[in-house]
Amino acid sequence: MKSGAQPVRMLPARLLWGLGGVLVPVLAWELYKALGPAEGVTIGGVPLLPRTTDLAMPHTWTMLARLFAPESSASGAAPMWTAVLQAAGFTLGIAGAGWLIGAVVGLGLAMLMQRFRSANSAMLPWIILSQTVPLIAIAPLVRRWGSQLEFGPFVWENWMSVAVIAAYLAFFPVAVGALRGFSAPEKAHEDLMHTYALGWWQTFLRLRLPASVPYLLPALRLAAASAVVGTVVAEVSIGLRGGIGRMIVEFAAAAGGDPGKPWAPIFGAVVLGLAAVGFVALIGVLLRRYRRGEQAV
Amino acid sequence: MNEATIHPPAAAAVEVTGVDRIFRSGRDEVQALSGVSVSVAAGEFVSLIGPSGCGKSTLMRLIADLDAPSSGTISVFGKSARQARLDQDYGIAFQQAGLLPWRSVRGNIELPLQTHGAAAAKRRERVDELLAMVGLEDFGEHYPDQLSGGMQQRVAIARSLAESPKLLLMDEPFGALDEMTRERMQNELIRICAETGCAVVFVTHSIPEAVFLSDRVVVMSPRPGEIRDIVDITLGAAVGRGAGLREEAGFYDAIRLVREALHGTEPAAVRGAETR
Repeated sequence: MKSGAQPVRMLPARLLWGLGGVLVPVLAWELYKALGPAEGVTIGGVPLLPRTTDLAMPHTWTMLARLFAPESSASGAAPMWTAVLQAAGFTLGIAGAGWLIGAVVGLGLAMLMQRFRSANSAMLPWIILSQTVPLIAIAPLVRRWGSQLEFGPFVWENWMSVAVIAAYLAFFPVAVGALRGFSAPEKAHEDLMHTYALGWWQTFLRLRLPASVPYLLPALRLAAASAVVGTVVAEVSIGLRGGIGRMIVEFAAAAGGDPGKPWAPIFGAVVLGLAAVGFVALIGVLLRRYRRGEQAV
Repeated sequence: MNEATIHPPAAAAVEVTGVDRIFRSGRDEVQALSGVSVSVAAGEFVSLIGPSGCGKSTLMRLIADLDAPSSGTISVFGKSARQARLDQDYGIAFQQAGLLPWRSVRGNIELPLQTHGAAAAKRRERVDELLAMVGLEDFGEHYPDQLSGGMQQRVAIARSLAESPKLLLMDEPFGALDEMTRERMQNELIRICAETGCAVVFVTHSIPEAVFLSDRVVVMSPRPGEIRDIVDITLGAAVGRGAGLREEAGFYDAIRLVREALHGTEPAAVRGAETR
């Protein structure tokens, strides 16, 4: 392929830029910490820039070192990073479930809206409206409704409420992106399917679904990020233990005596987001056949 | 004697009778076709020619049942256009090759076979045949973005022939190609038609193209689209037509005939107005 050589040649440059993207904020942080006034900058009593004490702005290496120190002072405590990874894994599992539910629901809604014009007019406003409801408001509702569910041995657990809330955020970009993707095929292609006397389902399978992939992948990536954010926030507002959300809140309280500690779960959350987006990128690689029309980025 | 009355004469490939097509949008009305009647015999190559906006593509879309006439009837092999479409009696090719970018050349050609449930082994065999017919044996595993425009159009033609239709509908299939590729594609189309014996309705706005390919050229006039004239081209059967035909005097005579029909009786007046 003609475009094949270019990304390979660009790889070292892209790696450098990526590394720079990490280094620049670190340098800025340390530079301000070294040069900024200890009491921060306030104008007319309004604080503009933060204090630069070790308590308010720990050194980046303090944050890193804290990851490798034991989690707590209790004897035999595991290093911080294992605890963070464990919590991140727990959250990732719930976010994954939420993402999956959101993707299925979003795809289903988009199919309905593509198939029936009336469904499009009736549902699209609700779908957009759904995203204006604050997460904090629906979290207790979902939890209460869930706790009333009981079929035989099935018991609704708190993590399921968290997954539902993650799905509530994740379905939106999928529904909107898929709807655009399903209407993306050229008129000539639709005509062709019509001359083959194909019904809606066959046309969907052979034409609309494959043609929607370039629209679907960014939507799924956005959904993954939303699912992670939704899971972290919902863990806090529902009070689910074991995940990174709860850890962020708990460790924030320790900032006074151990300024590096609150940063550990924040790094965990970043890794979480990267893992989620990386997973979608992997899907994109598997589906590269359907992305031939896209420009190499 | 009796037998002749029992078996009706073979139905024409296409029979268009008194067709009007009026497009309405709000209070505006555009008469795209007015009182169009034309018939295409089995195995016959008929071109529709005319300036843009004369409704030649509309007429082809009506035959393909991609659109319905406002009045009049269209029958394809003695059936309604809709039934003919459902029965897959025709193959179709558009100006844009319209290949699915995520399918290989092979995948594109076998698409109609696949959607109608042909077995994999049978599909493979048929696609091999078609690839050989359009001279793309070595390109089965390539993807459309790796092919030139002419090659893409050949794939589209192979795809339209996949189910061995007895009628081929082509809407300016070579319109986007350069002149040299275009002539080569015309030579190939002539050969393919002779091989398959299918009838063709061919929309074009190139006079030499229409003359070179056709048994008859239907000349249309714009707004409302009407048939102005039908010119018989007597350059011999398709089998005998080769690239050399473009050099012959008979070819130029036919071109002149079609051009005169196309410009009607007032070409001199038009020319005068332009040079004033």
